[in-house]
Amino acid sequence: MTTVNLGMPRVRPPYASASSALMGADGFRDAAKGELQDDQLRANLAHAAGGIRTKRAKAVRELRDFQQLRSAGSALKWHVTDHLPELLEQFEEAFTAAGGTVHWARDADEANRIVTSLVRDAGSEKVLKVKSMATQEIRLNEALADAGITAVETDLAELIVQLAGDTPSHIVVPAIHRNRRQIQQLFRDHLPGAPADLGDDPQELTAAARRFLREQFLQMDTAICGANFAVAETGTLSIVESEGNGRMCLTLPSTLIAVMGIEKLIPTFQDLEVFLQLLPRSSTGERMNPYTTMFTGTQAADGPENLHIVLLDNGRSAVLSDPHGRSALHCIRCSACLNACPVYERAGGHAYGSTYPGPIGAILSPQMTGMEGEDNPNATLPYASSLCGACYDVCPVKINIPEILVHLRSRDVDERAEAGAKRNQWDAAMAGASKLMSSPGTYDAVVRASALIGRAKPRGNFSNLPLPMIGDWTQFRDLPVPRESFRSWYTKREKARRSADASNKEQK
Amino acid sequence: MRIALMATCLADVMAPDVARSTVELLERLGHEVVFDKRQTCCGQMHTNTGYFREAAPVVRQFVDVFEPQLEDVDAVVMPSGSCAGAVRDQHALVARRARDADLEERAGRVSAKTYELSELLVDVLKVTDVGAYFPHTVTYHPTCHSMRFLKVGPRPLRLLRAVEGITVVNLPESDTCCGFGGTFSVKNAETSNAMVTDKANNVVKSGADFVVAGDASCLMNIGGKLARQGQRPRPIHLAQILNSTKENPFVPSSTLLGRAS
Repeated sequence: MTTVNLGMPRVRPPYASASSALMGADGFRDAAKGELQDDQLRANLAHAAGGIRTKRAKAVRELRDFQQLRSAGSALKWHVTDHLPELLEQFEEAFTAAGGTVHWARDADEANRIVTSLVRDAGSEKVLKVKSMATQEIRLNEALADAGITAVETDLAELIVQLAGDTPSHIVVPAIHRNRRQIQQLFRDHLPGAPADLGDDPQELTAAARRFLREQFLQMDTAICGANFAVAETGTLSIVESEGNGRMCLTLPSTLIAVMGIEKLIPTFQDLEVFLQLLPRSSTGERMNPYTTMFTGTQAADGPENLHIVLLDNGRSAVLSDPHGRSALHCIRCSACLNACPVYERAGGHAYGSTYPGPIGAILSPQMTGMEGEDNPNATLPYASSLCGACYDVCPVKINIPEILVHLRSRDVDERAEAGAKRNQWDAAMAGASKLMSSPGTYDAVVRASALIGRAKPRGNFSNLPLPMIGDWTQFRDLPVPRESFRSWYTKREKARRSADASNKEQK
Repeated sequence: MRIALMATCLADVMAPDVARSTVELLERLGHEVVFDKRQTCCGQMHTNTGYFREAAPVVRQFVDVFEPQLEDVDAVVMPSGSCAGAVRDQHALVARRARDADLEERAGRVSAKTYELSELLVDVLKVTDVGAYFPHTVTYHPTCHSMRFLKVGPRPLRLLRAVEGITVVNLPESDTCCGFGGTFSVKNAETSNAMVTDKANNVVKSGADFVVAGDASCLMNIGGKLARQGQRPRPIHLAQILNSTKENPFVPSSTLLGRAS
């Protein structure tokens, strides 16, 4: 029997909760200004991202069929997008049959309420956390703290971020913006039990964190995790990690609560073969990540007895409703696009203001929160790219990020026009240029007349012009002065040739 | 062959020598070049800034100029990877969004015959040694759109290596964007500046006298930064090097991408 796809939501479902960590206070340009002046940050990022880029390129070159794997990953994710409702129901059935409980959360607020009450039901005041983007997105730690529950991050980098009262700046390497000397100081000041003379050797730093974390694992009986993949066919969850902290959290406590975005499904268990090859190579440049945990439901006397999953929408259905932008949901959070992006490398992850930074964040966050309203910070994200295409080249599921960026720019322009927003300088400049460039006679005259500018400045280039837009250019670089346009030269040459031909004929 | 030139709006006004060199080079190789003065722009600036509605009339103007010529010319050439990429990847999209099926169909026909300069030379005219002479040290910056969207690959370098007297040196981190990105350079001027600063430093590090690329826009960015820093390397377009001969060597003028008259 062939399944017919009945289509996608046409009316846009609600955006993410306003309380989500998906939007900063400022737009990208302003947020980036501070970060760009931080030379230490730029040096840390250039070193770290450059290192991962090289490793990834090497790991990818080893696989002769990597491009076919990318195509397979893309096709599988398109299948999930096309059949999301059916697959979610199939997953719910399998997960429940295996002994777990499924909870549905429309948005961040609802997800936080569900998790808080589950932790309370388990009688826990402290919970372990496995690194999870979804729980960062809904600000779960803050919601738990409001309810008097302490969450302890067990991923080393997430712990660093938590101790610093900071936010992650990278999807896979949340503390990429800090170097080891900064971490040494942080541990000395804030890590319980860290020796006062702690050195900055990475092994020594890790050992200090390890001593602290071991105590936490043995003390706590409830853990909260995310999920890299959820198999619709079997109800299996898979978590991929490097440190083993995840494995501890998934096996020791008696209550385990997973929070997962609804787009993380894959159809069958066998599909893991594609993604478990794509993810580590794209993410950390490893052939295989050190720890891959897969678990299906509950088992007597083995692992957690109480297993819950919160399936989170929080704006994902809104992403699904945009036919030109929905493939942003295919992301498997590998970060290859961040590591490849020259804008991310210079501005840093915090400039994007969202849990999801970099190129994928620039297409995901605005679609999850919407870009409407005056001075919406996320309306600036689609413009935070030079459209160089490095992200698309490395994406393991072939999300055409540059194309979606351009689409979202057009959505922003159209939404502002539809809302009757005041025309800004760009609207005016683009309308004017469009008119000029579709009026060939006027355009020809204007281009020829541009030589007049050159007469006013016969030598050299422009610099520091006090003009809108051009001023932004000449603040940092010189601008050539228009002199004789190409078409003026061409016409002059044609004329000279014609008169030469004519005089040749006369002489004959 | 008879070849229609799309000079590109940027080169027409800001870097006329790039379009002029393209004409002279192709004529030297024995081809006829025609230039229709009703041409304006490929519409990329509008499309990439999100103004699809405003891009449509510009794309229509482009198609109106070049589609009727397809009967008389063998190819349309653009001395820009970025603009050729816009024709190939975006014109159909803009037409579709404008719900203009006729424009989409005609745009497809123009696009099928449109080439960036190195593609035209290597793939259509089947030439890599164009008889050029350029006794200088150059470094090549592969512009993003020519590298990742058009995928011109090693074509420009093959053309460069065949030039007599030239020394081509490696550009560190060559495949990183220069930070131009059209209106990005203005909308996110500070980030763009950080990118072009790194690019300019790498050009200086390469030890070359010239940084060569296939896009006047990226060269205007890199060259503008080098000029501001008072650095020696100058920007030069691939067409300008290929048009330089022993008889008529390229001599730079005080204009960024210009030659001495």
